[in-house]
Amino acid sequence: MRPEPPVLRPADPAAAAAWDVAATVCDPEIPVLTIEDLGVLRRVEISGDRVEVAITPTYSGCPAMDAIRSDVTAALRAAGYPAVSVSLELAPAWTTDWMSSAGKAKLDAYGIAPPSGRAAAGPVRVGLSVKCPQCSSLNTHELTRFGSTSCKALWVCGECREPFDYFKVL
Amino acid sequence: MNSDSATRITPGNALRPEDIAAAQTRADPDTAAYALRLGDDALVLAQRLGWWISRAPELEEDVALGNIALDLIGHARSFLSYAGSADGRTEDDLAYWRDETEFRSVHLVEQPNGDFARTIARQLAVSCYQFGLYSALQHSTDPTLSAIAAKAVKEVDYHRDHSIQWVLRLALGTDESRRRMIRALELTWPYVGELFDDDELVVSLGGRAVLPSSLKAAFDRDIAAVLREAEVELPAVPPAPGGGRQGRHSEHLGYLLAEMQVLARQHPGAAW
Repeated sequence: MRPEPPVLRPADPAAAAAWDVAATVCDPEIPVLTIEDLGVLRRVEISGDRVEVAITPTYSGCPAMDAIRSDVTAALRAAGYPAVSVSLELAPAWTTDWMSSAGKAKLDAYGIAPPSGRAAAGPVRVGLSVKCPQCSSLNTHELTRFGSTSCKALWVCGECREPFDYFKVL
Repeated sequence: MNSDSATRITPGNALRPEDIAAAQTRADPDTAAYALRLGDDALVLAQRLGWWISRAPELEEDVALGNIALDLIGHARSFLSYAGSADGRTEDDLAYWRDETEFRSVHLVEQPNGDFARTIARQLAVSCYQFGLYSALQHSTDPTLSAIAAKAVKEVDYHRDHSIQWVLRLALGTDESRRRMIRALELTWPYVGELFDDDELVVSLGGRAVLPSSLKAAFDRDIAAVLREAEVELPAVPPAPGGGRQGRHSEHLGYLLAEMQVLARQHPGAAW
C-alpha cells in the first residue's frame, strides 16, 4: 500500500464547508475526476466574507486551468459565497503522487489507466507495466508518450487489442 | 484588473502576473530581463514546433510535437507574465507587440524546421540545455523563477527523452535517415554555443539566475552519451554569430513573428 497524499481539507468548519463546494468541480478533460481527486485543489481559506482558493496546474500548458478557475468560482457563488478569488500556484510543483486512491480507482473504471508507480527522483529506464483498464492484462505497450492531453499517453492492450489512455507519472 | 488577453478562454480568466503566485511581488528590472530571455526561447520554439501539427511523419508525432509545444507555451506564459510584472505589461503585450529587436531568444530556437531530422536535432539541443537550466534554476533565490523551473523541469525531461529516442531511431535506421540525422546535427550545432554565453546581466543576478557557462560540461556529457549510442560523431563546425540576447537576430525570426503576431495586431484587444 502506498501512502495516501496529505489531507488538505481545512480543519476549520467554515473553510471545510467551502472546500467541499470547491471539491465538487471536475476536470473538464477528465470529467470523472474532481480537482480534489487530482490534487489540483490546494487551499481554501475564508477571510471575512471572501473565499480564497488556490489551485495548481498539472502541466504548465494545461488549458483546463481557466475552465477550472471559472467552475470553482461559479460553484462557490452558487453555494452562496459572494466574493471568490481563485489563484494559481506553481510551487510546490504538482505530481501524480497527489492523486488519491479514490481518484485512481475512478480513472480505471472510466477506462483511463491510472499512473503506475511514484514520481521518480531521477531517471528510470525500466518501464513499469501498465494494466489495461478494459481487461486488466499487463500485456500492454506504449503507442505514443504524448496523447490527447498533456497529462496522458496512448497505450494499446495486446490481449483485448483495445487502445487506452494512460495517465503519465509526473 | 481585467486585461484584454488574446489567449484568454473565459473573460476575466487570463493568467495575470499576480497569478504567478509563488511571489506576489513585482520582478525587478534585471530579473525581468532574465525571465524575458527564458520566456522568449520557449515561445519562439513553441511557434516553430506548432508548424508540424498535421505535417509530421506520423499522427503520433503530430500529437507529440504539439504537446511539447503546449508545454513550452506554458513555460513562456509564466516567464513572460513575470517579466511583464516589472513594468505593468501582460504576457500578450510581450508576445504580440514587440518587434524582432526586442526579442531576447537565442538563434537556435528560430532556426527553420527543415526536415524532421533537423527539427529533432534542434529539439535535442534545446531539451538537454533546458533540462540542465531548469534543474539548476529550481534552486534560484527568486521564488517565482524557482517555482516555474521546478514545474518545467519535469516536463522537459519528457521532451528530452522523446528527442533522444528519435535521434537513435533516425541515426540507426536506414541509410537515408542516418544521412539526414548526421546532416541535421551539422546544420544545428553552430547555434549551440550561444546557449552557454555568460554576460553582465546573468553575472549581476548572482543566485537568482543560472550562469549559462556552468551548464556546458553536463550538456556536453549528455550529448556525447546520446551520440555514442547513435554511433554518430559530434559535428566539428564553427560557431555561428549569436547576439540573440541583445536583440540581434537572423532573418528567420521576422517571418516567424509576422505569422505569430498578425492576428493579434489586426484585432487589438480581441479575445476568444
